[in-house]
Order: sequence, then structure tokens, then C-alpha cells
Amino acid sequence: MILARSSSPHQHAPLNTAQVMQYVLLATIPGLVGLTWNFGWGSLINILIAVVVALACEAGIMALRQRPVLYYLKDYSAAVTAVLLGLALPPLAPWWLVVIGTVAAIAIAKHLYGGLGYNPFNPAMIGYVVLLISFPVEMTTWITPRDLLAEGVALPGFVESLQLVFFQGLEQGTLDAVTGATPLDTFKHNTGMLVEQLYAKEPLFREADIVSYGWEWSNLGFLLGGIFLLYKKIFTWHAPVGMLAGLTLMAALFYDGGSSTSGGSPLMHLFSGATMLGAFFIVTDPVTSASSNKGRLIYGAGIGILVYIIRAWGNYPDAVAFSVLLMNFAAPLLDNYTLPRTYGHSKPRKATEKPKE
Amino acid sequence: MRKIWDIPGGIHPPENKTQSTQRPIASLPLPEYFYLPLFQQVGAASRAIVDAGDKVLKGQLLATPGGSIGTAVHAPTSGNIIGIEEHAIPHPSGLKTTAIVLAADGRDEWLPCDGIADYRTVSPATLLEKVRAAGVTGLGGASFPTAVKLDINQQISTLIVNGAECEPYITCDDMLMRERAAAIIEGTLMVARLLGNPAELLIGVEDNKPEAIDILTAAASGTAIEVVEIPTKYPSGGRKQIIQILTGKEVSSGRRSGELGVMCLNVGTIYAIQRAIRFGEPLISRIVTVTGEACATNANYEVLLGTPIRDLLQHAGFNSDRCANLVMGGPLMGVNLLDLAMPVIQSTNCLVAGSQREFPPLPPAQPCIRCGMCAEACPASLLPQQLYWYSQAKDYDKAQAHSLFDCIECGACAYVCPSTIPLVQYYRATKAEIHKLEADRKKAERARQRFEFHQARLEKEEADKAAKREARRLAALEAQSKVSETSNTPATAEETKPQTADDLIKAAMARAEARKASPELQQAKLERGVEAARNRLQFVEEKLAEAHREQATGEPVEKLLVKVDEAKRKLSEAEKKLAEFTPNPVETTAAPAVADRIAAKIQASPREQLESKIAGLQQRIATTEEKIAGATDETVKAALIGGLEKQQAKLAEALQELDALGDGGNVPVADAPALDAAASAIARAQEKAKAMAAMSPEQKLREAIESLSGRVEKARTKLASAREEGSEHMDALATALQKLEEKLASTQAELQRLSADDAEKVEKTP
Repeated sequence: MILARSSSPHQHAPLNTAQVMQYVLLATIPGLVGLTWNFGWGSLINILIAVVVALACEAGIMALRQRPVLYYLKDYSAAVTAVLLGLALPPLAPWWLVVIGTVAAIAIAKHLYGGLGYNPFNPAMIGYVVLLISFPVEMTTWITPRDLLAEGVALPGFVESLQLVFFQGLEQGTLDAVTGATPLDTFKHNTGMLVEQLYAKEPLFREADIVSYGWEWSNLGFLLGGIFLLYKKIFTWHAPVGMLAGLTLMAALFYDGGSSTSGGSPLMHLFSGATMLGAFFIVTDPVTSASSNKGRLIYGAGIGILVYIIRAWGNYPDAVAFSVLLMNFAAPLLDNYTLPRTYGHSKPRKATEKPKE
Repeated sequence: MRKIWDIPGGIHPPENKTQSTQRPIASLPLPEYFYLPLFQQVGAASRAIVDAGDKVLKGQLLATPGGSIGTAVHAPTSGNIIGIEEHAIPHPSGLKTTAIVLAADGRDEWLPCDGIADYRTVSPATLLEKVRAAGVTGLGGASFPTAVKLDINQQISTLIVNGAECEPYITCDDMLMRERAAAIIEGTLMVARLLGNPAELLIGVEDNKPEAIDILTAAASGTAIEVVEIPTKYPSGGRKQIIQILTGKEVSSGRRSGELGVMCLNVGTIYAIQRAIRFGEPLISRIVTVTGEACATNANYEVLLGTPIRDLLQHAGFNSDRCANLVMGGPLMGVNLLDLAMPVIQSTNCLVAGSQREFPPLPPAQPCIRCGMCAEACPASLLPQQLYWYSQAKDYDKAQAHSLFDCIECGACAYVCPSTIPLVQYYRATKAEIHKLEADRKKAERARQRFEFHQARLEKEEADKAAKREARRLAALEAQSKVSETSNTPATAEETKPQTADDLIKAAMARAEARKASPELQQAKLERGVEAARNRLQFVEEKLAEAHREQATGEPVEKLLVKVDEAKRKLSEAEKKLAEFTPNPVETTAAPAVADRIAAKIQASPREQLESKIAGLQQRIATTEEKIAGATDETVKAALIGGLEKQQAKLAEALQELDALGDGGNVPVADAPALDAAASAIARAQEKAKAMAAMSPEQKLREAIESLSGRVEKARTKLASAREEGSEHMDALATALQKLEEKLASTQAELQRLSADDAEKVEKTP
């Protein structure tokens, strides 16, 4: 008999952190399929490069910190960061772009701040923003969805994609034909056309099943993955619903009846760009968000509002990364004032309360 | 169907209950030895009233309650007391405590018990007394003395009998409800009578016990008792939780459920109460679930308290090789046991001898990713991840602001934590640390108060001494000035008077101060004594309350109870002393009055002085005349007449003097600046005394030397000038100088000695 001293509780639920991360990875598959279908192998290649670099970074830093390397690699957290960054980057981005972004995410944003659980900012979004500011051209070069390509032009195959990524950047490349504006770009650069006219003119909108061709199905994929995670109780609904509600509300308020200065319809905002990836995979990062459900609702709403503000009136077509980082700053403050009402108390307390003498 | 409320959070761990509900409650062969701890889980340790060698019968009282919150201990069987010694008990601390060791004689012979055939015929007080005498404690886990709990001033509107039994593995309440439902119903009615018939009588049972619910419902038909089925969810059987589920009310933070008008008792406790009242049986046994894969038989046993756990486990076919963890209670809140010699106690509701499969070793904790699953599981709506964060950072203010002390340590958060962080352990440690800091803070506060009292006392003593010295000096001066006054040189009198005006005030103040000082000091001292005693009592009571809150038990609590009594006694003594002490009111008011009078006298012009003198004389003459008129004795009359004549002469003299003075005497003798000077001199003296009190002995000596040297110098010049003038005071001055010089020499010698001592110390220390 081995009677070891242990403190209650003596039993434990089967779910562990690695499994939580695995669920998240699993949930990205529908979105990845959507991206790959519409934009080719680029996203998958991004992910592969990012994962390799992330694991190498994680291992190297753990070795430097004299921690058991394998033990930390097995928590899958670096892989999740890498996959999310890979999904966010433009497909067929040059390999060095992915490498720089991943190193910034893992080495700087995660480990220089103390590693898993201690980073104040979302590592994937730090990586993304570093790239967006440093390499704006590469970061805003997007593939045109498969079915909207010009007659006789096709998306590159897997091997061709690898060649493009590793040996030949898109910008100088032979594949100028396959790149084009995104729906959000199109909207941003619209001058003088009513929303209806724009929709009729641009195939991105004209051909769409809902609102923006190509992006809508990728977003639906991420929405599906998010619903799976909600069902698995990996996170609560508060942050994603907060973000989607904030964005929808802003879009509805400033839709402007579809005039030429309209910021775009709520549906267009919900199913374009990185909205769903952001709502279910970025905003829900527990480490960098607010702690309480109330806090997460406000945190998500803040992101949704900021996303709209930057999309409509800022310099960038999409804004999930900036909005998330801005709200990361606000999370500790939110934590102080959004405590739940504890059993036996008539109202919620504030974290800044001093104990009574 | 009754409305029931949901509790936030909660978990659904595997129940593992069916394996131990397959057999009826069995009994155990009589063990050879029983170990009955005097230590109780809550309240004071019991006091043994038997000794080694005593023969006792089953049910005989062995130990009385150790305090107002305490419980009696009875013999579980007949036999011999073979010792009262240190023995291991099931307690998280793993410490041993004093236990009565009883060797069974095998006859199991009862001491005759007298029960109450019909509880409805006796008063609630009698019922309560029965419960108290039987030593019933809560059998749900906390082991709080039931009689203390039932002895409540509040009107109870809802009695909740807790049959939820939400923890996995445990089935003792389930089996008890199935097999002894009638007794539980009767026990509930008894408690209802005892509590003055609450409006609602509810038995809450989780819906995973359908058999128990059916049987209880049938037994309760025709009574006011309602059996309520509640959803299965851990920890719905927690006291606060089941109250919330059945009434929708929450027990306020830091308060007791009685304040809501709700009383909550475990079904096992109700059964024990029924046995105590109906049959007069003390609490000497309980139902224990023995389960887990390391036991061949999983079943419930009616076990005599004090039975060694080893005996019980062996009877259930315990296989120690298979056992990975032995837990008393459930796997979520239970205590892990390391010693099989520990006895079954009131809170031993279940023993889980779990295999490796049931209790797999926990992987090392990973970093918290603040996923919030803990917050989703918390039944108290806390933020466990934040509590953990602040516990780790030792930010106790933040931890308390996050309501750390509302954590019931149910373990739901740690159960779901995907990073397998032992959260509850962190909370326990932080709670203990905060309690310790609080105790330290109070201790430091008391030490500071004591130090300040001490310092104030020293200062006052110094000030009093200085005032006395000053008074003596001034008295001498006054005497001197009187001498010169009598020498009938008005010029000198006029000269000296203004000089000594402030001295006079000081002297008078000092005299008055000295007179009133002692009674006032005494009273202040007594008041301080009362204050200190009160502080002490408050401190000890707080500690005791804390101990109760913590559900601390045993010897420390008993000690605290003794301390409370002691403190109460001291306080009453001090208060009595203070009440007996009545300072002399004349004396206390005299000081300012005297000072005022003198000040008035000095401020008055010679004319005013004369006028008041005349008025005084006239009054005295009037009284003397009255006395003469009233006097019957001739000699007295004659004496009075003589006195009257003298007074009249004095009056005439004074009147003459007044005439002579004319208008010229309107100038006050002492003017306002002189008075200010007097006041500032007083202030200076007090300041100096204060400064002296704060000085080190060496500093004091140096100060003394300095002032003495000054005085010597002055005396020398005075003497020299006296010599030149050929003054008659020359001799006196010479003596004074000599004395001063002697004093200076001795003070210097003392200082040298002191510094030599210091030097020696310094030499020794390295």
C-alpha cells in the first residue's frame, strides 16, 4: 500500500490543458478547409511553417530556461499559436514572413513575458501586427477566390505553391493574376457608389451566397468550429457573442441606408475578413482576455466596436489584431470591476476593495 | 411540485455509489479496543471523567463537554478503561491527540437508558437537554455539537433535513434513509417540536436516490414533512447550497443560516437525535460506507465510534496492496489517512480505499491559462483563477477582495482544472496565512498600545517630579519673600513681588497639581486597567470566534475558552476597583481655583487689594458680631469681643491705608506679560520634563551636569558680589555653592561610571 499524503480533492476530471489545446486545433479544421478551398494551399503551408518554427522556438527557449522541453511542447500551446497565426496570414505569403511572425509571437510575445499563462498580449496577434506594420505589401496581398479567377487562370497546385512560397514572392511573380482586393478592401476604396451598385458591380459580392464570395464560407467554417468548442465547454459564449454583437451593432448603426459613404452591412462585416476566426479563436484566448464572464462580454464587445471603427474609418482594411491587442491592455482593468456576485453577497465587489481593518 | 432553485456552477463526477448500496447495513464484530478522542472537530476538547482502571458500561458518560461549544463522550461498549493516551485521529493535520482507550469485555452490557416514549408530552427544553446529554454532533461532516446548534434564539421557519449526499462513493445517508425512514421522520418531527414548529419541514434528497425518496415519501405521508427531490449535482449537499436550492435564499457572507430562519441538519444527525430522545441512547455509533476497489466487500456498516479503522477495513476485505489512496469522506472533500490505527469518529461517513485506477496520481501542475473552467464550476460564484493568481503572488488584499473567505473548499474548481493545479490547497494556505498575519497585526497593535501607555506614564512621572521640584523651590522663595515682607521694608516688598509673580503662580499650580496628581493618576491607572482587561477579553473572544469560523477544534479552542473566562474575571475585577475608587472632588477642583485666586490677587492693583481686604475684614467683623450675639458662654463672648476689637483695628488701619494710597495705586502689581511669562515657564518646564523622559540615562546626566555647572557659576558670581557688598547672606550663599559643587562632582562621577560601563559592554560585544 502506498499511502501518500494528498490534499482534497483526490480525484480529477479527465480533461487536461493539452486536450483543451487539441480541441482548439481540431476546431480550426472547417475554417482551414474553407480557406484552402477558396484560396489554395497557401494557408496550410503557412501553418506548417509556423508550427515547425513555433515548436523550435518553444523548445529552444525552454532549453534556455532549463525546463523540461518535451513536457512543455506536449501542452500544444505553441502549436495553437502557430496555427492561428498561419490562418491569419495571407495564403502564399513568402516563407520568411511566416518565420518572422512566428518568432515574434512565440519568443517575444509569449516567452519574454513569462511563458504560457503570463503573456499579457495575444502572441499570434503580436506576430500578425509586427508583420503588418513591417511588411504592409506582403501582408495585404490576397489571393482571389478560386471561382472568381480570370478565364484560364487556376490556383497554383501544392508543389507550385511551395515553390512560390519558398523561392518566389508573389509580388514579383507570375501569379499577379491570382491576387486581388478583398471585400473589405473593396468597400474601403469605394468612392461614390451606392452599396447596391457596388454589389452589382463587384463579382466578390455579386457571386456571393451570403455577402462576400470566398470569405463567407471560410468564416462559416470558423463559426462551425467555434460552436463545437462552445459545445465542448472549452470557453463560454460571452467573449465571442460580445464581439459579434459589438460589430453588428456598429455596422447597423453606420450602415447609412446603403449610401455611398456606408461602412458596410452587418452581414458583410460578420462574414468578411477575420471576423469569425477572431471571434472564436482569438478573442477567446483565455490568457489575455478578461477573467469573469461579465468582463469577457465587455472585452468582446470592445473588440467588436474597435474592429468596426478601424475597418470603417482607420487605415487598415481589417482590424481584428489591433482591436484584440488594444483590449488586451484593458483586460486587467476590466478584471478589477467585473467580479461576479459571490454567494452570500448582495452585490458584486470590486477587486480594488481594501480588506476591512 | 415544490419550486427548487438552481445553484451556479457545480460538477458531475462519476458517482460510484451503486457498489456499496447492494447490501443492507451490516454490523461489525466487537473490536478488542476502542479509541475515543477527547479532541472534537469543533469546539473545546472534552474532559475525561474516568481514569485508567475504571470499569464502564455501554453508554456510560466518559467525558463531559469541554466548554460551551463542546460535546460529551460515551462508552461504545462495556469494558475497562486502560488508559488515556496520545493516539492518531483522522484529521488533516495528522497530529495525535489524547484519547480514552477502552478494552471491550465482550459483554456489551448497556447502562440503563431512559428514553421519552412520547416526545410530544415534554417541553422543547427537555428535548434539547436529551440531545445535549447524548453528545450528538453533526454527522454530515462538520461535527458541530447539535445541541449548541439547536439552542438558537431565532425563530426557525424552515427545517431542512439534508439527505442530498452529493459526494461520490458515499451512501451511508442513502442506506439510512432506505432502512430507517420511520425513525428519520420521527426525528424530524422531534426537532420541529424542539425548534418551536417551523412552518416548513423539508427533507432534500438528490434524485440519484429514488429508493430512498420513495420510502421516505411513504413514511412522511400524513405528516407536515415534505420530501423534496433535488437534481444531482455536486456540491448541492453543502449546507449553504441546499439552503439555496430549497429556499432560494443565501446565507450572508460571514453569517449563520439561523439568521435566515433556516436550520439544516443531516439525516444521520436526525437519526441520532431520534435515538437520543426516544431511547435515551447516546451517540456511540454511526453508519459508515466502506468502499473502493481495494475492499472486497463494498457496503455500509453500523460502526461503534472508536473502532479502529483497521478493524473495519479488515472486515470489509481490505487489500492493502491494491490501495492507492485511503480517504475518509468523499474523494472531493475527504481527508486522506495515513494510519490505520485511527478510530472511526463522528465525521467518518465513508472510507474509500481506492485503487490506482480510481485514484490515479495527478500529473504535475501546469501553468494556469485562465481558461475559466474553475469559475464555471464554482458554486459560490468566485473566480478561482484570480484567487489562485493572487494566492501565488501573495497579494492578500486582492485575494480577500475576491472573497477568498467565501470559498467553501468544495474542490469543484480543482476537480475541473485542466492544468491540474491544486487550487484548494492554495486557498487553504492563503487563508491560514491571512489569519496569521491578522493575528500578528493585532499582536503588534497591542504591543504598540502598551508601549505608548508605558511612555506616557514615564512622561507623566517625570513631569510630576519636575513640578514637585519647582514647587519646593518656589515654596522656599515664597517663604523668603515673606521674611523680607515682615522686615517691614515696603520698598523691598514692592521690588520682590513683581519678581516672584510668575513663580507664585507656578508654585501654586505645582502644589495643586501635586495634590490632585495622585488621585487622578490612580484613577487613570484604574481606567487603563479596565481598558486593558477589555482589550484582552475582546482579543481572546475574537480569536475564539475565528477558531469557530475556521471550525478549529480541540486543545487550542479549549485554551481559548479558558482564556475568555480568565479575561472576563479580570475585567470584572478591574471594573469593580474603578467603581470603588472615588477621587476627592475638592482636591481635583482645587488646583485651578487656587491658581485663579492667586492670579487674581497678583493682577489686582494695591487699591483693589486693599479694598478686597477691607471687604473681607468687614465680613469677618459681621460674622464675629453675629457669633457674639449668639454666644451664651461668657468667656467665649469675651474672647470673641477681643477678636472683634482687633479686627476693627485692622479695618481702621486698612481704611487709613486706602486713603493714603489715593488714586496712585491703580497700577496692577503684576501685569499681563508677567502672566504670559508664567504660562510659558510652565510650558517650558513641562516640555523639559517630557524631553527628560525621552532621554537616555547618559543624556540625562549630561543635561544635569550642564545645568548644575550653570548654577554653580551663578552661585559663584552671587557669592562674589555678596562678598563685595558684605551682605548678610554671604554665609548662606557659600553653603549653597558648596552643596551645588558637591552635587556636580557626584553627577560627573556617575556619568563617568556609566560611560565606563558602556565602554566595557562595547569591548565585550565583538
